[in-house]
Amino acid sequence: MTTLHTVNKSPFEKSSMDSCLAYAKQGSSVLLYEDAIYGAIKGTAVADKVAAMGGVNFYVLGPDLKARGVSEDKVVDGIGIVDYAEFVTLAAENDKVQAWV
Amino acid sequence: MKFAIQVNEGPYQHQAADSAYQFTKAVLEAGHEIMRVFFYHDGVNNGTNLTTPPQDDRNIVNRWSELGKKHDLDLVVCVAAAQRRGIVDEGEMKRNGKSAQNIADGFRISGLGQLVEAGIQSDRLVVFGD
Repeated sequence: MTTLHTVNKSPFEKSSMDSCLAYAKQGSSVLLYEDAIYGAIKGTAVADKVAAMGGVNFYVLGPDLKARGVSEDKVVDGIGIVDYAEFVTLAAENDKVQAWV
Repeated sequence: MKFAIQVNEGPYQHQAADSAYQFTKAVLEAGHEIMRVFFYHDGVNNGTNLTTPPQDDRNIVNRWSELGKKHDLDLVVCVAAAQRRGIVDEGEMKRNGKSAQNIADGFRISGLGQLVEAGIQSDRLVVFGD
């Protein structure tokens, strides 16, 4: 049983990403979109937390990076950059979707 | 696969109404089914036909109506959330003695049971909101 966790608020503004990381189990996936894309940027305290989450797959929504002027080379290595079609695929491939709104 | 979508945020508020629309469109483009889009809390404001955004801005309400028409979507507005926020159809207008109605094309007002049913009958319920 795998879960796709979605986070849409910046981890520098709200604690929803922290809550998500506390619950995400090995083999599950986390998609960062809207303002949560700031959690996918290299060299921050949040990036260290992401790196420490072994066994969890991280993704970030490319169009939301672009909308905020964040180039793809700023994204933490190992975080997959996806589009909306791949967001749908992630939702379908996991058994359920949990939104940390 | 059957998807149900829940929208908890109003249009032009932050980004959730846009994300929900883009995701819904991508679900349909991938060949999956959208069994219902349920608008709850401030999300009911996606269903008013009284908005007039600038011409060079996206029209979030019309965009839902057009997608709904094209794919025969069930766009459901929560009745209690709608009553609080002034989203009114003909039935609600008569029942509550209001002077007008403003439900946008393709939307209907119904109860929370529709969300529960969507959760049961769909394979995935995906929530967008603040």
